Amino acid sequence: MTIEIKTSTLAPVRNTYAHIERRFGDKPATRYQEATYDVQSESYFHYRPLWQPDKELNDPSRTAITMEDWYDFKDPRQYYYGSYVQQRAKMQENAENNYAFFEKRNLSAHLSDDVQKKIIQFLLPLRHVEHTANLNNVYASAYGYGTAITQAFLYNGMDRLAIAQYLSRIGLILDGNTGESLQQAKSNWMDNSLWQEMRRYCEQTTTVEDWFEVFIAQDVVLDSLVYHLFYELLDKQLSDEGASDLGMLTEFMRQWNKDTTRWVDSVLKVAIAKSDDNKRLIENWISHWLEKSTVALLPISNTLLGDAGLQESQVSFNKRLNKVGLFK
Amino acid sequence: MAKKLNIKDKYRLLTRDLDWAYSYADRSKAFPFEEFEGIKITDWSKWEDPFRLTMDAYWKYQAEKEKKLYAIFDAFSQNNGHLNISDPRYVNAIKIFLTGVSPLEYQAYQGFAHVGRQFGGVGARVACQMQSLDELRHVQTQIHAMSHYNKFFDGFQDFSHMHDRVWYLSVPKSFFNDARAAGPFEFMIAIGFSFEYVLTNLLFVPFMSGAAHNGDMATVTFGFSAQSDEARHMTLGLEIIKFLLEQHEDNVPIVQKWIDKWFWRGTRLLTIVAMMMDYMLPNKVMSWKEAWEVYFEEAGGALFKDLARYGIEMPKYADVIEKEKDHVSHQAWWTFYTLGHAAGFHTWIPTDQELDWLSEKYPDTFDKYYRPRWELAKKMADEGNRFYSPGLPQLCTTCQIPMIFTEMDDPTKTCYRDHVHNGERYHFCSDGCKDIFCDEPEKYVQSWLPVHQIFQGNCGGPDVADILSDFYKMNVGADNLDIEGSPDLERWKKWQNAS
Amino acid sequence: MSKVYIALQDNDESRFIVEAIEEDNPQATIIYMPAMIRIEQNDHLVINRETVEEKIGRDWNVQELHINLITLGGNVDEDDDRLSLHWNQ
Repeated sequence: MTIEIKTSTLAPVRNTYAHIERRFGDKPATRYQEATYDVQSESYFHYRPLWQPDKELNDPSRTAITMEDWYDFKDPRQYYYGSYVQQRAKMQENAENNYAFFEKRNLSAHLSDDVQKKIIQFLLPLRHVEHTANLNNVYASAYGYGTAITQAFLYNGMDRLAIAQYLSRIGLILDGNTGESLQQAKSNWMDNSLWQEMRRYCEQTTTVEDWFEVFIAQDVVLDSLVYHLFYELLDKQLSDEGASDLGMLTEFMRQWNKDTTRWVDSVLKVAIAKSDDNKRLIENWISHWLEKSTVALLPISNTLLGDAGLQESQVSFNKRLNKVGLFK
Repeated sequence: MAKKLNIKDKYRLLTRDLDWAYSYADRSKAFPFEEFEGIKITDWSKWEDPFRLTMDAYWKYQAEKEKKLYAIFDAFSQNNGHLNISDPRYVNAIKIFLTGVSPLEYQAYQGFAHVGRQFGGVGARVACQMQSLDELRHVQTQIHAMSHYNKFFDGFQDFSHMHDRVWYLSVPKSFFNDARAAGPFEFMIAIGFSFEYVLTNLLFVPFMSGAAHNGDMATVTFGFSAQSDEARHMTLGLEIIKFLLEQHEDNVPIVQKWIDKWFWRGTRLLTIVAMMMDYMLPNKVMSWKEAWEVYFEEAGGALFKDLARYGIEMPKYADVIEKEKDHVSHQAWWTFYTLGHAAGFHTWIPTDQELDWLSEKYPDTFDKYYRPRWELAKKMADEGNRFYSPGLPQLCTTCQIPMIFTEMDDPTKTCYRDHVHNGERYHFCSDGCKDIFCDEPEKYVQSWLPVHQIFQGNCGGPDVADILSDFYKMNVGADNLDIEGSPDLERWKKWQNAS
Repeated sequence: MSKVYIALQDNDESRFIVEAIEEDNPQATIIYMPAMIRIEQNDHLVINRETVEEKIGRDWNVQELHINLITLGGNVDEDDDRLSLHWNQ
């Protein structure tokens, strides 16, 4: 059956939802816009949470940061669920090929005992750091405000679970699926003095109440240093020691970090553009957690990379902060 | 040669061992909400992961689902798929869906993010986080599926604003607010178990089959695609209840109380789905009663037989619930028909053919109690007196549905219950709702009852029409009233004539 | 006795899965409804990877079932080789 209709009779009566039209005008909207803006309920809640009776279910006062419009936190990647999973599915396909190739060619046989030990002692414990990052980002998703930022936190939280699982797979490749390397990595995490300050930092971040501060402690401060130290500097060192193949197994993390940094920086820019109060708060939080992160990372970084390691990561972090408009 | 890992061991190694015992911070400050409900967890490691989906597999399969889904949305909109629906009346059912159900998916996303952060066991946390992400998927795919309809029909355009305010939408909104305001374990019994395991099937399976039968490709596609995640969620719901019951015998009475509460609250909420099935699908798949028998009585019955070994019994008032299946859809549609001027969708009198179908499907009740009303309404409409009820209905303090339900042993008599708390009288539609209030009065006295709020002047006014247009942001005269004479129907006729 | 059930989207891939289910569960009832296929059986139902692979003619991961799954009822046990449903009573 062919249906031919004069286009004038089939003209739409409106281009998009009314709340999208109020924000962006009467024109067709993107899927990101329709999936994001004003979706979260804002008023007339029925009951106070039994677990936090001083707040509403959705309540902007769970952070000291203030915004007139929480939807200013537009994700530069414009991830809604569909675009997010499809992007990650592409990344995981590459990762899967890399892991499969590495295993099929038995490339771990080319890693010296020293390198393997180094991986177990210094790389695999990061799975516990990623687990903390999962908790912290899900925290910000659950108690944050407005779909624009909370959905991005959930994507980030799930990404961190994925990275923890990828790191675990590196261990299973090394130990031939016995799980021994993961046990050893966990013993390092629990008992090796080099890791204890880092573990302290992680444990403490999970007890912070202000979700924006959690974001600063985890995604801004710690991640910037950790991803630079381990996935750039340590990667280069291992590569110099003949373990460049290992880079295939951590490529996901570098690619992910690049994608996520774009979003993290935009969150900072938006929040500080809103008010000097926000800027002061954020700078104070950064200084506070930067000091702690130096204590947390110094033992590992000194052992692995000498004095210059952490300094280099901090320099690169400071540059990034200046670029988004902080501390200047 | 590396030994082959089976899926269970692999999942355990990749996921379950990530957490650790804290040394440098107070763990109860990191997971502060685990104890106040009185639930006793002795060992989180006994948690059985229902599906062992790692994130990479999750992305892979979900991306495949999304690719299929959005290909269909694109085709639907490029080919003006709305012209293929059975009848423009049908669209009103999905207006209720977008304004009443999709925002619940959003609340489910929030609720599961909350428990996915708060549970002390990593297995349960990860399962809840994945569900949170799925729920976000559902609300977003529903908004995208309806986006095309919104361009051609009235009543979709302000779904989020309406959900926060409109009188009948406070029923679903307060249901989820109630669950989210509760402790994390009650939330899981409310949503993970009662709602997901038993009740969502009634919404997503027969209703979506109905959407297919009425030519709505966009809805059936998101519906079934969402439901494929739901299979994981149902299994999580079953796992959590078994876990709680196995952890400590003291948990049994607490869980039973929550089951009693949430099955009652759930069946009240589903009244609106009953009405959608029986009155709003022009091409019928099965009656509400039949769907209820398959998905509640048969499937739910099997479930409760399975749980009997823990000492769990059928929900309280199951006998009342069983009788209600013959009545609720008729009582609800009548209410919306008579309040059609204050609804954000169109209402109508069933056709003669539909009345016959209802008589056939409800032989014990329809001709006796409900058909005569419709015949009278039809007579009045034919005489130019389409009936609208003046005034605003009294709402039940717990479920927030107008007092429309009758005594089940006398369906001509409206069921009223009341209770005095701190010198104030509260009204209820049923013993079930009254019990729920009396168990936690401090919670339910907070209810934001839309009709009370209107009378207190908190919603603008003074006329209902002002409230509808200014406070609800409805396009009065377009979004509401009978389908006869509506702009929706006028446009539909033009499209038909042009083809 | 209680029924366990599983419902799949009515599409090409599901047809092979349904064939496999029929072969391994001769007592199962297959019900065709608009856009979906519901399969039910008393107490127990199993979907075996090997049988599906035989029908579909390629490697098939049990977790692929989720792509076409609509709903299920019963206690689930999933491993590399099968997904089974059962009620305890």
